Amino acid sequence: MTDVIPTPPKPVRKRVQMPEQLPEVRIHNFNEVSLGYTQEQAVREARRCLQCKKAPCVSGCPVGIDIPGFVGAIADGNLRRAIAIVKRSNLLPAICGRVCPQSRQCQAQCVLGKKGSPVSIGNLEGFIADWERKEGGVKLPAIAPSTGKKVAVVGSGPGGLTVAADCVQLGHKVTVFEALHKLGGVLVYGIPEFRLPKAILDEEVDVLASMGVEFRMDALIGAVLSVKELQEQYDAVYLGLGAGLPYFLGIPGENLAGVYSANEYLTRSNLMKAYLFPEYDTPIRRGTNVAVVGGGNVAMDSARIAVRLGAEHVYLVYRRSREEMPARREEIEHAIQEGVDCQLLRNPTRIIGDGHGNVAGLEIVKMELGEPDASGRRRPIPIEGSEYQIEVDVVVPAIGNGANPLLTKSTRGLKLNKWGYIVADPETGATSMKGVFAGGDIVRGAATVILAMGDGRVASRAIHEYVTANRHD
Amino acid sequence: MYSIVEKTETAPNTILIKVKAPAIANKAQPGQFIVIMVDERSERTPYTLSDWSKKDGTITFVVNEVGRSTGKLVSREEGDNLYSVVGPLGIPPKIHEVGTVVCAGGCFGIAAILPLARAFKNAGNRVISIIEARACYLLYLERELKKASDELIIATGDGSRGMRGFAPDVIKTLIERGERLDQVIALGCTFMLKLVCEATREAGVKTLVDLCPIIVDATGMCGCCRVEVGGETKFACVDGPFFDGHKVDWDVLGFRKAAYVRQEVDSVQSSKVGVKR
Repeated sequence: MTDVIPTPPKPVRKRVQMPEQLPEVRIHNFNEVSLGYTQEQAVREARRCLQCKKAPCVSGCPVGIDIPGFVGAIADGNLRRAIAIVKRSNLLPAICGRVCPQSRQCQAQCVLGKKGSPVSIGNLEGFIADWERKEGGVKLPAIAPSTGKKVAVVGSGPGGLTVAADCVQLGHKVTVFEALHKLGGVLVYGIPEFRLPKAILDEEVDVLASMGVEFRMDALIGAVLSVKELQEQYDAVYLGLGAGLPYFLGIPGENLAGVYSANEYLTRSNLMKAYLFPEYDTPIRRGTNVAVVGGGNVAMDSARIAVRLGAEHVYLVYRRSREEMPARREEIEHAIQEGVDCQLLRNPTRIIGDGHGNVAGLEIVKMELGEPDASGRRRPIPIEGSEYQIEVDVVVPAIGNGANPLLTKSTRGLKLNKWGYIVADPETGATSMKGVFAGGDIVRGAATVILAMGDGRVASRAIHEYVTANRHD
Repeated sequence: MYSIVEKTETAPNTILIKVKAPAIANKAQPGQFIVIMVDERSERTPYTLSDWSKKDGTITFVVNEVGRSTGKLVSREEGDNLYSVVGPLGIPPKIHEVGTVVCAGGCFGIAAILPLARAFKNAGNRVISIIEARACYLLYLERELKKASDELIIATGDGSRGMRGFAPDVIKTLIERGERLDQVIALGCTFMLKLVCEATREAGVKTLVDLCPIIVDATGMCGCCRVEVGGETKFACVDGPFFDGHKVDWDVLGFRKAAYVRQEVDSVQSSKVGVKR
């Protein structure tokens, strides 16, 4: 067990930097960039926390983790207690610590952030989860006596895993259906190894399996089983279908070979391990000059994969300025450290072919910021006549996704909005079909891992109420 | 697990594989495809179903070995398990009574048109099946197709059986002869599909083609399978795989399918070096 370290008289003000692989080293590998806090570093960082009574950080957390509680426990060196507190609200802390946009959620609310740098809540969450896996031995949460009710979860992404975890703990029998051959949804096909090692994901999934969750891979609902059949065979159904068809820019040349949607680029690299080609069979074009279009996390991931695949020059083309980039701050910094060339206030206008169907270049127009638009961000306007061309052989539009039509189109009675997303009650996740709940990207459009988890949490409660209520219909 | 229950080389480099996959067999419809990964390192590769049995819980398809993935698949034997099989995928073509329907198949498509020919005939159509090959020894499933169709026409490139020429030549002859064709559906290599469409274009015969672009997830997530149809970008895995052949941009399909030719050569070579004998 860990010794209790006495609290120092004054809080430590300076933020403890996360140890990282050096940029010149990590651009040649796919290993995790962050090396993780040591216990000593974690305790030092945790002691910076002011233990605010009102704890604004908690209000910034979509699943409402007792942040001062677990950070305080780390500061006291009581790691067992710290992980127990985190797991009360979040069963997948090793993942959230790594991929949540803390700088816009909990850490954005931190009082210390107003004077300097906020407590590194994400790093601490990752630390405590890793500590449990490596040293503490993962303790299975208590499982309620069987209710005899069956819940079907469609999709094994962050939302689906949350529903599975919550429902199995409440004593329901849970079956998760996954269309791909691996579990994790966006966590496995989308988020690269260097940000979220797949071994961590596998261990989190193993915990759910040992709690009794049944996983069925290669099970594409809408094709192999219909939602209606699930509705008949299960007491409740959760639809966490995730991202759908990628958006493209709508400019000439987008169907040239060498143009990848970010989804495809990431899937080839992460899920299919194309970076290990030909040991693995799925190929990917290792461009010499690569242009990624967009400013979100997916764009950063794509650009950093291009770097690791050996590109000489990676451009990140974004139509607004750096302040408006929706990506996690850390990812933007990491990308720049790794040599990604941010072309800000730029927008592609045309992809140029080589005459044989391959990408040869990209035409770009300069932009300026106008009045704020509906999103509150200043609207970028093209500067006429400012077009120029760059030589590239791979172009990756990373500008978001629409709804996946495969299940929704084939499901009668499931109400969709005009964009094809499922209409679900934000309070419960309930859809227009009886006993069918939904959340995450298929309801919100593109969102984040933690928002999908938050939706899963909300739906789990509603599912529990629904299946345990006395129904006579 | 998805075990191989039968594997037969029905013609040279034409391997018929039957796999245990009850859930897929239960839902399969004519014209649909599946995605297979032979092992954990495989590419996800689509194959059009040629038959299935709800009773036995099996699905059947035909493979021509052309590269790494198909090579890996045909190297497996009866009793071996496949790592992943997903399906049934794709929107099945509408099967209803239209009159005379031509089902044209080449290579793996000869097998793939079989369930379509049966379905169109069951729906009350007069079905003419046309199969093509370079030479007579590459033909297969003749008996089954003959049974499933009102008429079976064979074309061989060298004239060793049936008419000398290929399926598009047969279609042209039928049209010239004044035969009323209400719909053509074609499955086979891209080149054949394109020529079939050219053969029917002038007469304005509705022609559906089964486009087989490269896919990755095949569930409407990655957009790899995009094709251009009537000037619009479509996703073959969720919008297709059947499209109006007269509107398909064949150049886009061609260069997108050829995107990894060089890597394919590397992959096949590196796999041969380490092959266990």
